[in-house]
Amino acid sequence: MACEAWRNKLDAYADGELAAAETAELGAHLRQCASCAADVLERVQLKRSIAAAGNHYAASAQLREKVGRSMGVAPQRDRLRWWNLVAAPAALVLIILFAANFYADREKARQERVYSELADLHVATLASVNPVDVLSTDRHTVKPWFEGKIPFTFNLPELAGTDFTLVGGRVAYLEQAPGAQLIYRSRKHQISVFIFQDRGGSAARRDSGPASALSFSMESWSKNGLRYFVVGDVGRDDLAALSKFLRDAV
Amino acid sequence: MTVPDQRAPGVKFEDLALPLFDQLYNFARWLAQDTSEAEDLVQETYVKALRGFSGFQAGTNFRAWMFRILRNSFLTSRSGLKATVSLEEDETGAVASSAPTPETMLIDLADRDAVREALTELPAAAREILLLCEVEEMSYEEIAQVLAIPIGTVMSRLHRARKALRLWLLDKIKGGPHGV
Repeated sequence: MACEAWRNKLDAYADGELAAAETAELGAHLRQCASCAADVLERVQLKRSIAAAGNHYAASAQLREKVGRSMGVAPQRDRLRWWNLVAAPAALVLIILFAANFYADREKARQERVYSELADLHVATLASVNPVDVLSTDRHTVKPWFEGKIPFTFNLPELAGTDFTLVGGRVAYLEQAPGAQLIYRSRKHQISVFIFQDRGGSAARRDSGPASALSFSMESWSKNGLRYFVVGDVGRDDLAALSKFLRDAV
Repeated sequence: MTVPDQRAPGVKFEDLALPLFDQLYNFARWLAQDTSEAEDLVQETYVKALRGFSGFQAGTNFRAWMFRILRNSFLTSRSGLKATVSLEEDETGAVASSAPTPETMLIDLADRDAVREALTELPAAAREILLLCEVEEMSYEEIAQVLAIPIGTVMSRLHRARKALRLWLLDKIKGGPHGV
């Protein structure tokens, strides 16, 4: 077949639209006809060039998501992002609330535990045959006795002429830390004064006015890095009076 | 790329339609020559197609169907109406011979920017059929379905479009300021 007969079919050939028989026949012709082969080559090049140039625009991610959503198909990424927006802060708030609550609960429980532990110590001391290890009404005897037994020193008030009398002292432990326990007498009642190093931050060691635990009165404060607890079965006024003397001790 | 022609039972619309997203957008962007209009077209296409999916005939070409919906949406859009005249122009006629002349051999077909510019400048009818044939690699049959024209018209329109593109590139070489 002459070239002219094929001319009109070169496009279809390049487009792959010729029937198998014709394709084979034209293929045979192209191997012998440089002119037609060059023509086909040019057409194929043009096709490739248009394909490369025409595949040019990419849709935005937003449009892709929008269309996906309208199909009821939420892209995985989109779903994640949605969750992140809502769930992450919500989870954070929950964690903070939980932590704060947990912390408050724990601190409250700890404070109660500390108070009841101190009350136990107080009662145990009263019940003991030898309630004190240093028996002296003289603060200048009692205070030096603690030297080397506890890792701090403290001042005790002069109580001559008051309702309170120093009975003596012993080493006490609270939360695995050593401290001083001083026993005072007020009329028939005995009062324990606990002095520990104030490790700070904890509610157990927070200041408290006259408080009651297990029907004992209790008062606590911090001074010069020391945490004072006053525990006794005296009235609150007496407890407050003794507390004042101790606070003012220099 | 293969697109299932037959709708198997249980095949979901989105499974067929979403893989066509990139192609549809590219085509829409070329037709509309505008980003936001193209985005509207694509969305409209998916909404219309989803609505009409129950009426989609099994055995017909799904991709051609989607492109046809997109094109029809474009034709009824504002900028599409302007292009309608040139698109719907009756173009019958024998496929003319177009042996490459020594001049056409000078065209740098690898110059992608020039070809892209030519595609932008060509009449809409030429642009769309070239995109469907070369970019989407559709068969004449598929193109005929998208454009709703006989296969003979596909061939003549394609021939004319290629000729127009060659001439545009040739003019650029001859007189354009960016000539090679």
